[in-house]
Amino acid sequence: MSVSRKKGIDYWLPKLVVSPTLVIALVFFYGFVLWTTFISFTNSSFLPSYDLVGFDQYVRLFMNPRWLNAMGNLVVFGVLFIGICMVVGLVMAILLDQNIRAEGAIRTIYLYPMALSFIVTGTVWKWLLNPTVGIERFVISMGWESFVFDWIIDPDMAIYTVVIAGVWQASGFVMAIFLAGLRGIDTSIIKAAQLDGANLFAVYTRIIIPSMRPVFFSAFIMLAHIAIKSFDLVIALTGGGPGNATDVPAIFMYQFSFQRGQLGIGAASAVIMLMTVLAILVPYLYSELRTPKNG
Amino acid sequence: MAKSKNPSYANINGRAVLYGVLIIVAAYYLLPLILMIMTSFRSMDEIRLGQLIEWPKSFSLDAWSMAWSEVQIGAREERGLRPYFINSILMVIPSVAISTILGALNGYVLSFWKFRGSELFFAALLIGCFLPFQAILLPQSQLLGWLGLSGSLVGLILTHVVYGVSFTTLFFRNYYVNLPHELVKAAKLDGAGFWVIFFRIILPLSAPILVVTVIWQFTQIWNDFLFGVVFSDPSTQPVTVGLNNMVNSSTGEKQYNVDMAGAIIAALPTIVVYVVAGKYFVRGLTAGSVKG
Repeated sequence: MSVSRKKGIDYWLPKLVVSPTLVIALVFFYGFVLWTTFISFTNSSFLPSYDLVGFDQYVRLFMNPRWLNAMGNLVVFGVLFIGICMVVGLVMAILLDQNIRAEGAIRTIYLYPMALSFIVTGTVWKWLLNPTVGIERFVISMGWESFVFDWIIDPDMAIYTVVIAGVWQASGFVMAIFLAGLRGIDTSIIKAAQLDGANLFAVYTRIIIPSMRPVFFSAFIMLAHIAIKSFDLVIALTGGGPGNATDVPAIFMYQFSFQRGQLGIGAASAVIMLMTVLAILVPYLYSELRTPKNG
Repeated sequence: MAKSKNPSYANINGRAVLYGVLIIVAAYYLLPLILMIMTSFRSMDEIRLGQLIEWPKSFSLDAWSMAWSEVQIGAREERGLRPYFINSILMVIPSVAISTILGALNGYVLSFWKFRGSELFFAALLIGCFLPFQAILLPQSQLLGWLGLSGSLVGLILTHVVYGVSFTTLFFRNYYVNLPHELVKAAKLDGAGFWVIFFRIILPLSAPILVVTVIWQFTQIWNDFLFGVVFSDPSTQPVTVGLNNMVNSSTGEKQYNVDMAGAIIAALPTIVVYVVAGKYFVRGLTAGSVKG
């Protein structure tokens, strides 16, 4: 009968449609992660080998001062980048939410850096931060002759230039997310609170910001994603230098795997990066998604 | 929330401060772009003698034509960023199209044709949004080697599709889940099948999320550097890799005007997309993610 036949088609067709993606997830996500993990336990150098050596590559990795330095830099960069973007984004969103004229134009200006490649951002800021041609020289020529702003060539400060460029690129995007969150809040609650005599500051800190938890969650996830991908920004801005001062795990992994032919240690570094991401994300995802939601 | 029925002086001062802050912040975001554009029109003589922030004395397109088709990048024969730019276009169009179609179909199934394990499948797929790509670079380059796709545009497109499909599925699924399910239920009762419902009912409602997904994928793939630098060879490198090579490999005096013209060339397509369609992007993205 045609009706039951049709039901049959509608039974297997959805599964058939998602099957390519299932293959992608199984092979390219989980299979590849397992493969990388396996390689990290072998003595692979230029080519993958299948001789297991236990945790040797991890021991070598954590004995390598360059790796420890790169991990430290990622922590400094990640915390500052995510923290500053969140604060700047929230403050700007609240300011823009005060019935501003030309809000659309201002929003576009804040948002456009997000459209740029980190390579472009790095190229521009490398030039602006260069003391002999950029901001330092400009301020000196304005008359402040003792002005020094040479972080990009100072090994102790160079990592903060990566934060400056990263915040410039991403904070407007966070602002846009928060602004949309503010607009989504039921205004009748706010009006009621104001009638009860709550001032604007209390309205924001007690009512509006607490009710934006999901928005903070979205912003955090996106910023963390960008921070982990910090490879290209660092390459274009400082190239990991001066020396190894702005080295990050992503650059370490790339150079050991693809330039030095040390696949084993490269794979071990990749596994540690993945573990770090999971250690941050899994508890957060669990606590956020456990609460029932619509749909 | 304009609660001021008769604005006091304090209120007016407050507004002035507010606008002052907003304008200063706008300047912070805009200045690098303005300086880039101005510098790209100046000659190197002028840059050497002049200031960082200074109106161009002369107006010259030399730096632009240098960056586009004349500057020597690495050892390749064709000069300038043009061949890299063309590679990026050839890479981005199929990558965006395929990953968006896959995402729309996945989102449709995961919202209206749930099956046993479909929620688990969705959760398992989301790992792709957070996966640090370093964890898959080595096997992916092995696989592309086995398939004979090392360094090819097809290999690069495959990589972008595979690692973009988590985001596209997430976008469509979150959007479709909030559509009224009665529509689809009624259509199913009337005997409409899988494809009829998709093309007649769901697709016509998908414009907002289609815009979001296409913009997201376009900017992600156009701006990608990691896959470009790992999986391409000199003849297939995208414009981000070309720009980075150009800026970092030039010998002799640094040509800041050419660097800046090159940076604008590499950034132009995504800037245009944001200025033209950015508001739909933010609107659609937040409609999905805030409701989550």
